[in-house]
Amino acid sequence: MTEIAATALIAEDEPLLAAALQAELASAWPTLKVLATVGDGASAVRQALALQPDVLFFDVRMPALNGLDAAVELADEWDHDSPGARPFPALVFVTAYDQYAVQAFEAEAVDYVLKPVQAARLQKTVAKLQQMLAARAAASSTPSAAAAQATEPHLQATLDQLRQLMAAAQGPSTAPSADGPLKVIQASVGSSIHMVPVDDVLYFEAADKYVRVLTAAHEYLIRTPLKDLLPGLNTQEFWQIHRSTVVRATAIDTVSRDEAGKLSLTLRGRSDKLSVSRIYAQRFKAM
Amino acid sequence: MPIDWIAKLRFFLQVQAFALAIATIQYAFMPERPYAPPVVYSLLIATFTWAVIDFGREFIPSAAETGWPKGMQGLALVAAGIAVGYLGGTTLADLLCKVFHFYPPGSTPAPGELRSSILITALAGIAGSYYFYNISKGAYLERKMAEARQHTNEARLKLLEAQLEPHMLFNTLANLRVLIATDAPRAQHMLDHMIAYLRATLSASRNTTHTLQAEFDRLRDYLALMDVRMGPRLQYALDLPTHLANQTVPTLLLQPLVENAIQHGLEPKVEGGSIFVSANQEGDILVLEVEDTGVGLRGLDTGGTGFGLAQVRERLATLYGVRGQIELLDNPAGGTRVVVQLPTA
Repeated sequence: MTEIAATALIAEDEPLLAAALQAELASAWPTLKVLATVGDGASAVRQALALQPDVLFFDVRMPALNGLDAAVELADEWDHDSPGARPFPALVFVTAYDQYAVQAFEAEAVDYVLKPVQAARLQKTVAKLQQMLAARAAASSTPSAAAAQATEPHLQATLDQLRQLMAAAQGPSTAPSADGPLKVIQASVGSSIHMVPVDDVLYFEAADKYVRVLTAAHEYLIRTPLKDLLPGLNTQEFWQIHRSTVVRATAIDTVSRDEAGKLSLTLRGRSDKLSVSRIYAQRFKAM
Repeated sequence: MPIDWIAKLRFFLQVQAFALAIATIQYAFMPERPYAPPVVYSLLIATFTWAVIDFGREFIPSAAETGWPKGMQGLALVAAGIAVGYLGGTTLADLLCKVFHFYPPGSTPAPGELRSSILITALAGIAGSYYFYNISKGAYLERKMAEARQHTNEARLKLLEAQLEPHMLFNTLANLRVLIATDAPRAQHMLDHMIAYLRATLSASRNTTHTLQAEFDRLRDYLALMDVRMGPRLQYALDLPTHLANQTVPTLLLQPLVENAIQHGLEPKVEGGSIFVSANQEGDILVLEVEDTGVGLRGLDTGGTGFGLAQVRERLATLYGVRGQIELLDNPAGGTRVVVQLPTA
């Protein structure tokens, strides 16, 4: 097949491995131009937004933001709807250890390469990427609004798969905790501990080193990470809507979509506006 | 707890055999008297005693684990079993003997018989109970030992998994693969560190102690591997005073702490940082410190299982009791500081 010229971004925190992947790609796909190499998830999101590459190679374990979270955040920030919008990049995860049952995803929107990266395996990935980009180019060369729509299924498939990967990555901790659902949150305020009934909590929000616990009238800070709280919460009652936000379903008042297609929530009893990550947006459809 | 009917039947049959033996002995002492009555008395008394004790212990909560009630409850149960066994057993046996005419006409129980049969019942009841108590206790101890073995095996496996963390292993191999093509001498150097690291990790479960020098050498191997992987994001220094080099310490005691410092301290930090490992002597106490400038203590509970730290704490407690201490502190310069104290050898 004819070589497709394309652009890529590599996110890998180990410098030798980043250089090696770039070298392997140079021989497997000579016309691929690597626009930049970054060493952490936050920079990966920033650079991907700035450079708008066709393909992303993300290491799964990276500082600041891991590869999965970076992909989710990029999907949120990516400009999908404006007239000149570029399609969401094809995503390839690079990981040292097969902890997400990689084989299950062989044929899907998001590809996977194991470290050490082997030339033959990378060749397969490259072929798949080229096929996908060729199909995309063909779709966009046909005039009319069809082009804009052609990107949607790919993004949707990517999001579906990211959701599955996130679930796999969280592993058994998403199973309901053995102690049953959490009843009270113990939040320390000054020298005393406030017992906050979970029934009063409207939402939890991870903020830097703390998790904010918000009730109708108060706000508390706790040090337990959100991912450790999740197993104790009833998933019927509390919905995760963002990497850092879990909200009480019955406290949601309205869900609205802005012009960029992003969802946000307003709550009963609080004036805050919460944004919904694209991977969790499928929850909010009119019945 | 569901009742184990097979075990009940086994005990019942053993009790019956025991009772028959007693009746036979009684008969042997007084062959001039008929055999049937002592057998009937003995079997019935034994049955009542067995029923009270064997089923009674199902209702006593403290028997749930060991199969036998604790302390006074156990003694009270035996006493109750013997009393009920004697009264119930003799009453029923009297009745049966009368109905079936087991006693030859004219022969009535001798005057001293009441005393001796009470004594026999009591002795037999106590002996039988003691026998079954020992069986339950033996089974309980065996079960406990199997559990303990299971725990040891699990701990050993976890230790190995924690030390040969797949991410660490495959990322190191990936780096090695790159270096072979680009910088063969450096690849060889890295491979040497890797071999030493693997050898130490795999043999750590066999040797329980080694010198502090060996401990620091293994840390240097690990840090050299991480240095290749992390590049400029990692700086490290090890400080071992020569007069402490021959101190004996548990094998790879500091290893999990240094791995924690890397995995939970420096790896999550974009700009990386530094690790400083040192040894000092204060009186007859050996003070070992692992300091990092990573994301700090909060980093420890975001993804760590706490296994490394718990394991070090447990090893210190087992080996040195209260003289082995580990403390987790905030590093004033940012990051975490772990201080281990143990007696000098």
